Amino acid sequence: MSFEPVRGLTSRTIVLRQENIDTDQIIPARFLTTTSREGLGKSAFFDWRYNTEGRLRNDSPLDGHNPAEHRILVAGSNFGCGSSREHAPWALADFGFRAIISSDIADIFKSNALKNGLLPVEVDDKTHRRLLSSPGEEVTIDLESQTVRFAGGEWQTVFDVEPFARQCLLDGVDPLGHLINQLPAIESYEEGRCEL
Amino acid sequence: MHKKSEDMSPRSLFDKLWDAHVVAPETRESPAVLYIDLHLLHEVTSPQAFSVLADRGLSVRRPDRTIATLDHSTPTLPSDHAGELPYATPEAKRQVETLIDNCEKHKIRLLGLGDPQRGIVHVIGPELGLTQPGKTVVCGDSHTSTHGAFGALAFGIGTTEVGHVLATQCVLQRKPKSMRVVFDGILPAGVSAKDVALAMIAEIGADGGQGYAIEFAGAAVAVLSMEGRMTLCNMSIEAGARFGMVAPDETTFSWVKGREYAPKDEAWEQAVSDWRLLASDEGAAFDKEVRLDASKLRPMITYGVSPDAAAPVDAAAPAAASTADEHAIEYMKIEPGRPFSATAVDRVFIGSCTNSRLSDLREAAAIMRGRKVKNGVVALVVPGSETIKRTAEAEGLHKVFLAAGAEWREPGCSMCIAMNGDQGAPGELVVSTSNRNFIGRQGKGVRTVLASPATAAASAIEGCIADPRKYLENNVRAFDVV
Repeated sequence: MSFEPVRGLTSRTIVLRQENIDTDQIIPARFLTTTSREGLGKSAFFDWRYNTEGRLRNDSPLDGHNPAEHRILVAGSNFGCGSSREHAPWALADFGFRAIISSDIADIFKSNALKNGLLPVEVDDKTHRRLLSSPGEEVTIDLESQTVRFAGGEWQTVFDVEPFARQCLLDGVDPLGHLINQLPAIESYEEGRCEL
Repeated sequence: MHKKSEDMSPRSLFDKLWDAHVVAPETRESPAVLYIDLHLLHEVTSPQAFSVLADRGLSVRRPDRTIATLDHSTPTLPSDHAGELPYATPEAKRQVETLIDNCEKHKIRLLGLGDPQRGIVHVIGPELGLTQPGKTVVCGDSHTSTHGAFGALAFGIGTTEVGHVLATQCVLQRKPKSMRVVFDGILPAGVSAKDVALAMIAEIGADGGQGYAIEFAGAAVAVLSMEGRMTLCNMSIEAGARFGMVAPDETTFSWVKGREYAPKDEAWEQAVSDWRLLASDEGAAFDKEVRLDASKLRPMITYGVSPDAAAPVDAAAPAAASTADEHAIEYMKIEPGRPFSATAVDRVFIGSCTNSRLSDLREAAAIMRGRKVKNGVVALVVPGSETIKRTAEAEGLHKVFLAAGAEWREPGCSMCIAMNGDQGAPGELVVSTSNRNFIGRQGKGVRTVLASPATAAASAIEGCIADPRKYLENNVRAFDVV
């Protein structure tokens, strides 16, 4: 599958300060019975946004979310821990986010996000604290230069991103093509292992 | 079978497993192409991967290395008189049917409804002898680390990667850092592998294993049964580590021997001699090492909303140290300073890929035998597979649970993920042998306390969080040891 290439992104932030936001919070398991990856945005953070009767709780920073304006989610550390459900990045992307910034993002979530045009950005603690304390701030993320910049330009920091995933994001492609190109090597590996 | 190292420097179990499966090495520009020996599928994380295959006109490259089961959305109540299973929603039924169709189309063996070997994906792999030392195992499920108990390189992947493996039998993966967690000493009586796992997570934290592959070692791990090792490796991901593993030894070999897919005769002898070479070499380097004293462990429970909020069952709830703790206390309503034993229990769940194996059921039954589940408490016992269910029934364990007033269900994930209709009601406190105490994991507003099967059984009887050791006067051994 392919998606819109990710290069630069300037947007206001939505801030969820909680640490250890697990994938059951991002999308509760009862929404996982779908056989499609489409339309999961309405289930994103469902139990944070709606009460047991299904009415809006009106107490979540996500309530004021405008997909055109808020494309960056800033969250507490260990974001995306828990299950491997790719429904989590699918839901966040469909909700309107194109990047997640935290001090620490869980491995499987990070790997899944990178394959769906949702950029996981891990920043140093100082930058993280600043972002957590200023919801709605305008931030620019540049994937080419791997930098996060505040609107005034007074603060800039670099972030790491796995080089192959970065290239896939810049090109807007998923890595399946790369693996398919490896098929001759895969076949010779199989031939070289007698028990296969 | 295993490629010789370029140099002769000592290698860890993890290094050996990794090296043996590299099709194309990692470079600065791209991750390693890693070959997958065994791909496990279930109904929740596979449909969109099969759709990608269909969209691109690709087929399943190695159906012979792929096996599927139905567990997550699958009801644990039997069919009604019309033969209809009580699915939570029509969508859940459609999801199950989608996997059945996909397996038929791609000639993948499916342990479907009515199959005498169906069960939870991380239970059936080992049970069939598909999970073996030296193999790479993946599944679209974070608890795939369970299979690392056999000295396999096993890890959870996302649905896009499920598609990659279906199409190419490989994944792209950079080699993680390595950590060794050593448990010195001997486990005391009444303490189980689940308690070891919870103590480990409390020690290193819910993200302490992030970016690491963990090898569990030490005297206490060497004497753990295969079931105990599976419980321990299963919970690696709750410390943030995608990979958890234990070096294979005689316990492993005798567990695998004779199973359906285990090598036979001469091939078996050859396999065992290969497997003996897998253990970490003396002097192998680890990026991090953690040591814990197993002899000091007590039965553990969780009191918060992250698995690292774990403490001994006979302790009192600790005071909040952060805003996050305050929120957890507010949600869990477990008051700091009060003994855990003062916390009333509404429901008990014994099951999941963490603790639904025969030994888990025996441990719970030993405590429930001749006793009654406290009035007002609902107790659910859900075996991990049809095979476990049959064996447990042959031993009469189901009669023990039923006589105590517990429910005895059909195999599946059930209340661990609570997506098949098995769940608690808002506000209820559930003592659960599963792996995650996240907010709402077992139903909206449900408060989850993670524990071992023995602790869960004792809590069902007392109607409050209970220390299982008082029921074990004649048992001087730890659980899950050989």
